[in-house]
Amino acid sequence: MTTKTQHHMLATGASDGSLVRLEHVHKTYQMGSAEVHALAARTLSFQAADHLAIMGRRGLGKSTMLNPLGCLDRPTSGHYFLKGHDVGEMDDDHLSNLRLRELGFIFQSFNLIPQLTVQENIELPLYYLGWEAEASRLKAVELATMVGLGDRLQHRPMELSGGQQQRVAIARSLANEPSILLADEPTGNLDSATGKQIMELLVELNRSGKTIVMVTHEPDVAAFASHRLHMMDGVIDRIEESD
Amino acid sequence: MRQFRLIRGVQLGIKNLMLHALRSLLTVLGLVFGVGSVIAMLSVGEGASQQALDQIRKLGSNNIILSSKKLVAEEASGARPAMMSIYGLTYDDDARLRESLPTVQETVPAKVVRLEGRLGERALELRVVGTTPDWFELVSRPVLAGRVLSNGDYDSNAGVCVLTETGARKLTATEHVVGQPISIGGNVFKIIGIVVNEKGSSSIPIPDQDVDAYIPLSTARERYGDHISRRTEGAMLREYVELHLILVQVDNTDDVEATAGAIDLMLKRFHKKEDYDISVPLALLKQAEATKRTFNIVLGSIAGISLVVGGIGIMNIMLATVTERTREIGIRRAIGAKQRQIISQFLIETVVLSSIGGVLGIGLGVVLPWAITHATKMPTIITMWSILLSLGISVAVGIVFGLYPAFRASRLDPIEALRHE
Repeated sequence: MTTKTQHHMLATGASDGSLVRLEHVHKTYQMGSAEVHALAARTLSFQAADHLAIMGRRGLGKSTMLNPLGCLDRPTSGHYFLKGHDVGEMDDDHLSNLRLRELGFIFQSFNLIPQLTVQENIELPLYYLGWEAEASRLKAVELATMVGLGDRLQHRPMELSGGQQQRVAIARSLANEPSILLADEPTGNLDSATGKQIMELLVELNRSGKTIVMVTHEPDVAAFASHRLHMMDGVIDRIEESD
Repeated sequence: MRQFRLIRGVQLGIKNLMLHALRSLLTVLGLVFGVGSVIAMLSVGEGASQQALDQIRKLGSNNIILSSKKLVAEEASGARPAMMSIYGLTYDDDARLRESLPTVQETVPAKVVRLEGRLGERALELRVVGTTPDWFELVSRPVLAGRVLSNGDYDSNAGVCVLTETGARKLTATEHVVGQPISIGGNVFKIIGIVVNEKGSSSIPIPDQDVDAYIPLSTARERYGDHISRRTEGAMLREYVELHLILVQVDNTDDVEATAGAIDLMLKRFHKKEDYDISVPLALLKQAEATKRTFNIVLGSIAGISLVVGGIGIMNIMLATVTERTREIGIRRAIGAKQRQIISQFLIETVVLSSIGGVLGIGLGVVLPWAITHATKMPTIITMWSILLSLGISVAVGIVFGLYPAFRASRLDPIEALRHE
């Protein structure tokens, strides 16, 4: 294990030491009367500090894959191990705890809470981690400065540009020092110049050791990743490695 | 740390409510009026019952009041001229009460006559009470000037008179009249003092209510006798009444009711007809307290209904808020908030909302009685417990009616919630 963060959670189930291991993971969604299948029908694992891009045409499959991967729900069948924990066996509280400690989310539509300031948005994970006010504030300032928004702490999300909002969201996703950053079309709502800046920020984070799993339909965004998973009809079709 | 989270939760709640200040205000309006009316109604009830209790206490809770009563049948037959009606309490009754009942500590007999009083230029009918000096111990009131009747006055059938505040006012007398002569029913008395008495028209008969002057009972008997002649509708009405009132003081509050029963039995043996009334202030006191309890129960029910209505209003808005903030809930859940943390967030917000309603309601509940007192002269008393009760109920309303919306919020599927527009 090469991850920086170590937690006291008990490891259960099989683990080969990889950060994430998917064993025949399958998720069935009910969309109206039609059943929709998503996710990998094969065994797949990746290590810390990997940068994965899940690719495919706009539509079903890519984003829904992030839900079980992000511990937002459990796979219908198969096993998903995150740092050795079998996510399929967990109840809601344990899933929440796993998200709180191991995961950071970056969304296409930023998903900042509009009534909170930039600082309060960044502090949100720390609030649920039970940090003291002063420690939270310092951490928020540090992260905001890192994403280049050190002077916007007291602004509301609506007062910021799209690129700035996504930077705040990235700062928030990093507050709990997660093992994995999950990014769902992080540049989807941004113009290409701003999107490139955001991607550069993510690449920089990856270089400093952060594992990133990103969903995108844009090949030039996916080009930043070390591994590219191509999806077809909700199933991982082939894996392509850079370098 | 829990404390810190609670403080943050309350801050966040206030922040979210301030975002829609007008809506929040309108939401709690039902609760504001509910709480306000509870406090106001309780204060009116408390004021009224306090007034009644005060009056009853003025009678003395250790006292029993016996009064002569002219029977209606007697009145009818007495309509014939020259017919004399004989009724009421006698000097013998008074003596017997004192001597044969061990729990009776003291009795004060009194005779009430209406006579013309004349002081200087002023002449008008006065309500004169002939009694013993003990009266002033049983019906204890502040002395404004001079002194009250003494045993010496009584023993010597002295021609002295104590004016009450009411009487002095009628006669436009000041403190300077002490020592001066007054003519009562043709006899001259010396004014020896002025004493405070109970005024106004109370439904409960207080012995010194509207009395104008006191004279020794011995003097009254000597000068005016026991016959009363009154001219009514052209006919002469003649009555023979020895005593109009006997105040009985019992040694112990616990013995009051038993003694009242014994007095009734004793009087029944010596009176052919029930030409007397027994009034027990303690029984009235208990009755008044029971009435107050009933009143409070009725008020409580009305208040309960209004608070439930207020609570439903709050629940309604909180449910709308949960729907409106579905995405926020999704974000919080994705970040790692547990279901119970979502519950506590919305519960705290509802309780903050209802507490604000409670505080505003208390403000209304303080202003309303003040306005009532000013507009109607009705006494109102705001009790501390009614304020604390209202505040407690407000918090309880917040918890009860906030639970369901908070529960709904916590059970949202994070994925669906994140997708919500």
